[in-house]
Amino acid sequence: MSRSAHPDFEPIVGRYLRMPIAGTQHRIYVEEAGEGIPLLCLHTAGSDSRQYRALFNDRDLLKRFRVIAFDLPWHGKSSPPAGWQKAEYKLTSRAYVDAIMAVVDTLALDRPVVIGCSIGGRVVLHLALEHAWRFRALIGLESGAHSAAYYDLEWLHRPDVHGGEVCGGLVSGLIAPTAPEAEKWETIWHYMQGGPGVFKGDLHYYTSEGDVRDRLGQIDTGACPLYLLTGEYDYSCTPDDTRELARHIEGAHVTIMQGLGHFPVSEDPPRFLGYLRPVLARIVEQDAKAPPS
Amino acid sequence: MSQALDRLGELANADPWLIHRGRFLDVTFLVEEGEIQYLIRIHRGRVEAVQKGPIVLPRWTFALRASAEAWAAFWKAIPPPGQHDLIAMLKMRALRIEGDQQPFMANLRYFKDLLALPRERTGARA
Repeated sequence: MSRSAHPDFEPIVGRYLRMPIAGTQHRIYVEEAGEGIPLLCLHTAGSDSRQYRALFNDRDLLKRFRVIAFDLPWHGKSSPPAGWQKAEYKLTSRAYVDAIMAVVDTLALDRPVVIGCSIGGRVVLHLALEHAWRFRALIGLESGAHSAAYYDLEWLHRPDVHGGEVCGGLVSGLIAPTAPEAEKWETIWHYMQGGPGVFKGDLHYYTSEGDVRDRLGQIDTGACPLYLLTGEYDYSCTPDDTRELARHIEGAHVTIMQGLGHFPVSEDPPRFLGYLRPVLARIVEQDAKAPPS
Repeated sequence: MSQALDRLGELANADPWLIHRGRFLDVTFLVEEGEIQYLIRIHRGRVEAVQKGPIVLPRWTFALRASAEAWAAFWKAIPPPGQHDLIAMLKMRALRIEGDQQPFMANLRYFKDLLALPRERTGARA
């Protein structure tokens, strides 16, 4: 039997946080690493915080940022609340914003930067609308104001189709064909592990209820800077969708990322970090110029 | 015109892992490549027959219809965005899926992998 005096632990610490969200008690799984400006990471629909593993393992980033990610209720290691079996899961703008603000308040995060992908890229727009002053900057990955469903969402949750297989099969093409095989298939695996109906319930917010097209003019990037980064292979939220979003928000910064798809953080981390680093450097620079009062 | 689908049976039946994943699958489906139709019969994950059109009175469970140009883009070694995946092509309206979609959705990864088999390898034509 071999023993190691130096087990190869990553710098991530994962813990369960007990807290109410909108009056209902939850047990939320939270991971964190690093010190500095809080950087709160929001996973995509039907997946979980493991998507952000590359950020949590980036030594340079951890010197300047306290990276935090949590699994939404129903996702990853955050179980649904008691009574989940009695109703269909459907994510709404209200529930999503409430969950994020509950984590920010419970952890007493001081004006965190929020980075969110897909549904997370959408909800940063809701955060910009409702809570801009609470954040240092917002980063929307694969962010659009609305996305119409392009297949019948009923296929995601029905007894004659395996949910994990079909969720994995549906998202596989959202990854750029140049992504490294191991990272591509880990991204798909997370989708295959989602609970029954959870991806579908998230897409209720993404394709229907979370439409913010008629409120974009109210977003004030003077109150909180907004950065939008979208992969060229994303056909769910296309580069044109993001450009269209930015056209309605004065001061939004747009980057189209070559060789990336809908899951930039997890499908090809080194390539994505090449695009993220300049954005984070700019946020740090702006923060140094205008420290919070 | 592309000959890509002429070799589909040969390519698929040389892939034991693909056959294993399709072991519960028995279906006949149609692929339309522009004007050319292919009627493809799958039995327990193996491609049993690829019948090239014109076919009088084809019988199929579902059909995948796209232009010859769309399939040619799909089969490039590094296909362009939006033409790189069956569901991407569906979203971009380059592909139409007709008929009973249940076997297609229940075996989505199988069909994506099967139809990508003719894809060119980097640096060489398949």
